[in-house]
Amino acid sequence: MKTKWKISPYLYILPAFVLLFAFRLIPIIMSFVISFYDWSIKGTGKFIGLLNYTNMLKDEVFWQSMSNTFWLVIIVVPASIIFSLLFAVMLNQIKVLKGLFRTMYFMPFVTSLVAVSIVWKIMFNEQTGLMNTFLGVVGVEPQKWLSEARGIFEIFFTGMGITLPHWAGGPSQALFAIIIMTVWKGLGYNTIIYLAGLQNISKVYYEAAEIDGASKSRQFWRITLPLVSPTTFYVLLMTTIVSFQAFAQIYLMTDKGGPLNTTKLIVYYIYEKGFDTLEMGYASAVALALFVLILGLTIFQKRLEKHVNY
Amino acid sequence: MNEKVRMSFIYTVLSVFGLAMIVPFIWMISTSLMTQSEFNKHESTFIPRERYHVWETDAGKQKVLLVTQKGNMSIVHILDKDGKIVKEYQEAPNSQIKEIKKIPSLHWNNYIKAFKKVPFATYFANTLYVSFLSLIGVLITSMLAAYAFARMEFTGREFFFYLFLSMMMVPEPIYLISSYVLLDKIHWLDTYQALIVPWCVNIFTIFLFRQHFKSLPQELFDAAAIDGCSTFGMLWRIMLPLSKPIIATASVFSLIGSWNSFMWPLVMTNRPELRVLQVGLSYFNQEASTQTTLLMAASTFSIVPILILFFLAQKQIIASYAKAGLKD
Repeated sequence: MKTKWKISPYLYILPAFVLLFAFRLIPIIMSFVISFYDWSIKGTGKFIGLLNYTNMLKDEVFWQSMSNTFWLVIIVVPASIIFSLLFAVMLNQIKVLKGLFRTMYFMPFVTSLVAVSIVWKIMFNEQTGLMNTFLGVVGVEPQKWLSEARGIFEIFFTGMGITLPHWAGGPSQALFAIIIMTVWKGLGYNTIIYLAGLQNISKVYYEAAEIDGASKSRQFWRITLPLVSPTTFYVLLMTTIVSFQAFAQIYLMTDKGGPLNTTKLIVYYIYEKGFDTLEMGYASAVALALFVLILGLTIFQKRLEKHVNY
Repeated sequence: MNEKVRMSFIYTVLSVFGLAMIVPFIWMISTSLMTQSEFNKHESTFIPRERYHVWETDAGKQKVLLVTQKGNMSIVHILDKDGKIVKEYQEAPNSQIKEIKKIPSLHWNNYIKAFKKVPFATYFANTLYVSFLSLIGVLITSMLAAYAFARMEFTGREFFFYLFLSMMMVPEPIYLISSYVLLDKIHWLDTYQALIVPWCVNIFTIFLFRQHFKSLPQELFDAAAIDGCSTFGMLWRIMLPLSKPIIATASVFSLIGSWNSFMWPLVMTNRPELRVLQVGLSYFNQEASTQTTLLMAASTFSIVPILILFFLAQKQIIASYAKAGLKD
């Protein structure tokens, strides 16, 4: 039905457009512009060309934040995918208490990151925390968790009497504590998404497999895993993007990304540069580097998805 | 493996991990009900308990700390209500000293103490104010825009649609610094509008509504047009009543989102009277870092409203998240 709608469609999108233009598009463009300036808090700053970017490449803390962030993403994403798929497959098979279990798994996702960060910070306390109480029950000595700068591989191998070279130490135990908490926080969402994905798989496949005498584990590898792969790609992409943006955990659970900058993640570094040391031009350059990285990964994953489509 | 064994295995695994998921909450609540010294001394893990001595005399009972007992006399410190020592090394006959065990001993007044320590009432009010105004904004802008995208034809529709879509791809930390500079230029830093106006639009909600509006049958609109209904009338009279579930979904996302938002208000406001709950809680975390029990109490009451919302409508909320994820 084509009628004489002329201006009115534009009037309908106008409110949304004005807000997005003013508070999204302009800041995104500004962030690009500011990255070429020596911009402190007030005034307009001084144009310095690519200096922020060349400084960034020489900045050791920037690289350390990047490598911390990579460790976090590289552990959180697969851990979250494996656990949530496992939970979803199990939740999909039960009938009694299904709602209760779903609620239990989903609860961390709806609660605020600030509140749960405070709780986890106290849980990881060396003297009074719950984590060390649990470790004590199974006979493991108390760990320093958030105040431990040594890498988890280093700690593990030192315990077995092997000295690792420094570069092979892995993420610090403090970062590992952050990783545990981050997986816990996002797990429920991914589980629910997987559960919805699993329910879209037609029962016919399983019935046919049952008749052919395929075992449950074979059914999982040959039917469930391939057919749930669109969900896997979605979960992979979302978890990657969200993990790259982790901030509140670091702000609340650590002392400015310490110990020894081992928990400084890239978004925390942007915040610190922008609002603690007030180098806003530099912070914008780092933010753009992060954006390029996230965009690149998104495109890469979308390409990959096209190749592996069932 | 036979079916029974398999199912009991599944239930066991689900219970163990499910418990692991909620243990932090249980521990948060338990700790919020302990005394600080009980927590520091590691006397209880999940069930707050207390053991103390009282000195019973004809004048009344007094809480004491038992130092030592010699013969039939005890040496005690006399304590006040908060467990501080008022008088040291007093002698009392053993018969007047009694041990008291309390399990569970729940210190609900931690909640009152935490609530009074910093102006949490203001923080709650600010959060409610900001959340509801942005919710109304989001619903209005989203429905209007989605209506145009779903049911109107106009030049540039694809362009605007993809422009919106591409803006959704840019994460908040990317434009946080420049937003701060922008809000500074228009003198909006440290104001309510800085917390509300930029969040009166949500691209994802526009798509949610667009999807729904597209699914409504064309006959409805044809019939309404014949009856002389205006374009806006169609939105108001036809689409709105048919969109209640999707409005509920969008509201839940928006409320949970603004209730939990942290980075933006942390950066954009500085005045204590403008603090929203999450920011207030984070300052409380710095100020009261040694008062674990109060921190836990504050964490608990800051998540309770969202948990109530969640428990009231958990089925719908979980279904909404699942559906929204699949649409992508």
